[in-house]
Amino acid sequence: MADVKAAPRAASSSWARQTQHGDTIFWLFTLLFALLIVGLVVAVGIVTYNGSAEVRERYGWSFLWQTEWNPVETELSPATFGAWPAIRGTLLSSFFALLLAGPIGVAIGIFLAELCPLRIKQPLGFMVELLAAIPSVIYGLWGVAVFGPFFTQYIATPVSDTIGQLIPWLAGPVASGRGLALASIVIALMVLPTVAAITRDVLMAVPNSQREVLLSLGATRWEVIWLAVLPYARAGIIGGVMLGLGRALGETMAATMLIGNSTRIEGSLFLPATTSASLIASELTNANDTLHESALIAIALVLFCITLLLNMAARYLVWQTSRGPAGARA
Amino acid sequence: MSIQTNMGNYAGRAAADRTLRGCTVLATALAIIPLVLIIGYVTVIGGSSLSVDFFTQTYKPPVPVDSGGEIDPTTGLPSDFGGVTLDPATGLPIEAPVGEALPAQDIQSSGGVLHGIVGTIMVTFLALLISLPVGVMAGIFLAEYPSNSLATFIRFCSDVLSGAPSIVVGVVGFTLIVQRFQTYSGLAGAVALTFLMVPTIARTTEEILKLVPNATREAAMAMGAPQWYSTLTVIVPTALSGIATGALLAFARGAGETAPLLLTIQGNSNLSANLLEPIAALPLLTYKYIESPFPAENQLAWGTAFVLMMLVIGVNLLVRVVTSRIKGAM
Amino acid sequence: MRQLKPFYGTRQAVQATDMDFRPNQITAMIGPSGCGKSTVLRCLNRMHEAIPNARAEGTVKLDDLDIYDPRIDASLVRRKIGMVFQLPIALRTRSIYENIAVGLRLGGINSKSELDDRVQKALRDANLWDEVHDKLALSGLALSGGQQQRLSIARTVAVAPDVILFDEPCSALDPISTLKIEELLLQLRERYTIVIVTHNMQQAARISDRTAVFMVERDENKPAIGLLVEEGPTDQIFSAPKDSRTEEYLSGKVG
Repeated sequence: MADVKAAPRAASSSWARQTQHGDTIFWLFTLLFALLIVGLVVAVGIVTYNGSAEVRERYGWSFLWQTEWNPVETELSPATFGAWPAIRGTLLSSFFALLLAGPIGVAIGIFLAELCPLRIKQPLGFMVELLAAIPSVIYGLWGVAVFGPFFTQYIATPVSDTIGQLIPWLAGPVASGRGLALASIVIALMVLPTVAAITRDVLMAVPNSQREVLLSLGATRWEVIWLAVLPYARAGIIGGVMLGLGRALGETMAATMLIGNSTRIEGSLFLPATTSASLIASELTNANDTLHESALIAIALVLFCITLLLNMAARYLVWQTSRGPAGARA
Repeated sequence: MSIQTNMGNYAGRAAADRTLRGCTVLATALAIIPLVLIIGYVTVIGGSSLSVDFFTQTYKPPVPVDSGGEIDPTTGLPSDFGGVTLDPATGLPIEAPVGEALPAQDIQSSGGVLHGIVGTIMVTFLALLISLPVGVMAGIFLAEYPSNSLATFIRFCSDVLSGAPSIVVGVVGFTLIVQRFQTYSGLAGAVALTFLMVPTIARTTEEILKLVPNATREAAMAMGAPQWYSTLTVIVPTALSGIATGALLAFARGAGETAPLLLTIQGNSNLSANLLEPIAALPLLTYKYIESPFPAENQLAWGTAFVLMMLVIGVNLLVRVVTSRIKGAM
Repeated sequence: MRQLKPFYGTRQAVQATDMDFRPNQITAMIGPSGCGKSTVLRCLNRMHEAIPNARAEGTVKLDDLDIYDPRIDASLVRRKIGMVFQLPIALRTRSIYENIAVGLRLGGINSKSELDDRVQKALRDANLWDEVHDKLALSGLALSGGQQQRLSIARTVAVAPDVILFDEPCSALDPISTLKIEELLLQLRERYTIVIVTHNMQQAARISDRTAVFMVERDENKPAIGLLVEEGPTDQIFSAPKDSRTEEYLSGKVG
């Protein structure tokens, strides 16, 4: 009898143990893969850090603000590598792109979420999302073959001939039209759908009660949006803009095809320039020597760090607002 | 009238309301018009270069046309090589204006893009093969186990990867694989693409798993099955179609990326299915062909872009349809 | 209100209704859920049409002026006929002061001194001043439910409407807050015409001068539609209802 009693207990506890083991093993297993994601990020950091060792040793931090980028070594001057033209190009092109895409993207989001007639809401939203899915090289293709010549002929040249006489930033002479202005516009076009889609989603999540309060006070439709909906969704919209910024910073193909690829720093937006991404894209496979290579990898590292910082800032913002609305402040 | 006299500022507010609402409509038009233009141009110009040859042949150098045997002394090539007139002063091709053919030249096609199609499919598929298990497992971890700071950190890393500049990912592929093995290869390209595809799959897996109704989970647990068993055999299969759409989306994204491939696979004029060697891909071909001085190749760029665009848009449409059906079924 | 017919899309929600609302009185609209009383209420200040695909036919007159006249903008109507909702909603991102100032600014009042005065007056009128006068800068969400509802009332009276509509204002509140609101309503009656929709028959009996009873008509062949069953002085409705359906509802047999 003792045996009979003992046996089932042993069996059930071993099943329980097995189950526990099974659960733990599974948890560990999936955790491992999830940690791989972290590993990938770390890998990017490590690879770019190591790959840029040579140029970092040579220049230190000054690499970031040196203005001359000349990979060609001649008898008269050694090759010099300064990242500033690339960094400047990235910052400027992203800034201008966001200057355009931010307000326009938010406006599109407002239209889609608040003002659009129900019947066309879905198809229109889909079209905007489609813009986001088009590969960047196709934007570049269109930019080079269609928009670029149009821009050069009807926008860049007239502007540089007239206003450009007064404002150095818009000065000519405009040659191919490739430069910061053209690239920024096309990058803005690429970033638009991101900002618009996120704005739309965030606005649609605003509870209707907020709108009704303002309506009952006799507000016009725009006033309802401006005074009740937008403030409520402010954090989300900023998040969307930051995401758009991230996209703009990393944009490679359209930028490479439209920026003109010149490492000289020019004052005018209509003259060729370069961005970090396009510099790497155009030079890495034909690098002259290991120093050249490491300089390019260093630029990749800089780009990655900027993206990292941007993501952290965005996360912080989300964390801030989720701690509670407005708190004790108005 | 008691209603109207009370609000002296009504006229101004009404005007502002109409104007600002109109602005949002304008903004939306500003986004839709380029979309239509881009798709239109690619379809029309690209579509016209489609032919059986286009899909079945690989790269051929531009064919000289009726050269009559004249060799240009400066370049050593027939003077109307590839349907392009060479400027005798500089020896460089004179570019034809967009959409126009050089006078009195017959543009010969430059072969097809079969190698690109094969290359894109193989490289992206390999990347998917690697990313799928990692992404799905990571997604399971994030969805099934309680949220804690580790999970938040993993999600943060996933966001960073997803938004990382694609050129940086290309640099990693370049440094890790290309330099290690001293050769450009499809493998390197696939590795680079996984950095971008894993976060996409992880996120969609997580979201779709979260959508599985709690009732299903509880039913599985009530049967006495341990958590890992019920997850694997009940919950994941329920979400299988969602995971599949995630994979599709990731595939579309990977197929459209150019920058990582630029630095890793380099491209190949011949049809090659060997992933350990340089291989071609559609976005790369688009880039190469539009930058080429030969109008015949420029034309090919449009055709390639068309194929690529159809692929991406097609997948997105498919995903949309399937997703709405899944959400309905849930 | 004459021949008012509210629609949701193609479905008519309530049968053509005629009703008069006496000035400076509280008129209650009671009835089981789903009978359309809230819908009718929202038609009184043209809030109903803010719902997509919703519209109303018929006329509603405020002092001889049909608010459904196509020449009149709905936002002006709502300024004169205010509304307090069921859930105490404070504007989430604003302070208590700003919650009230928002409506005033819409009217073009921007000077700080005048805003201060009007905000104070509104809060006093809503019996809220004493409790919050030293915390005006706090977020509206820092208040209790009952206080938030009084804040909503303050917000509404600040813009000086002629009529105030209340859509089940106390159903989310505890009994003590409810009593405070009811006291407030009796005070407000001096200066405003009030229409209140309520689930709570006793509340209607306590505070209203006139009562309207709504019912739902369900038929197998037709979609459910609401209708006005009876309307009259509150005492009469509750003690001697003329319609049998009213009596059934009041005694709890139906609804």
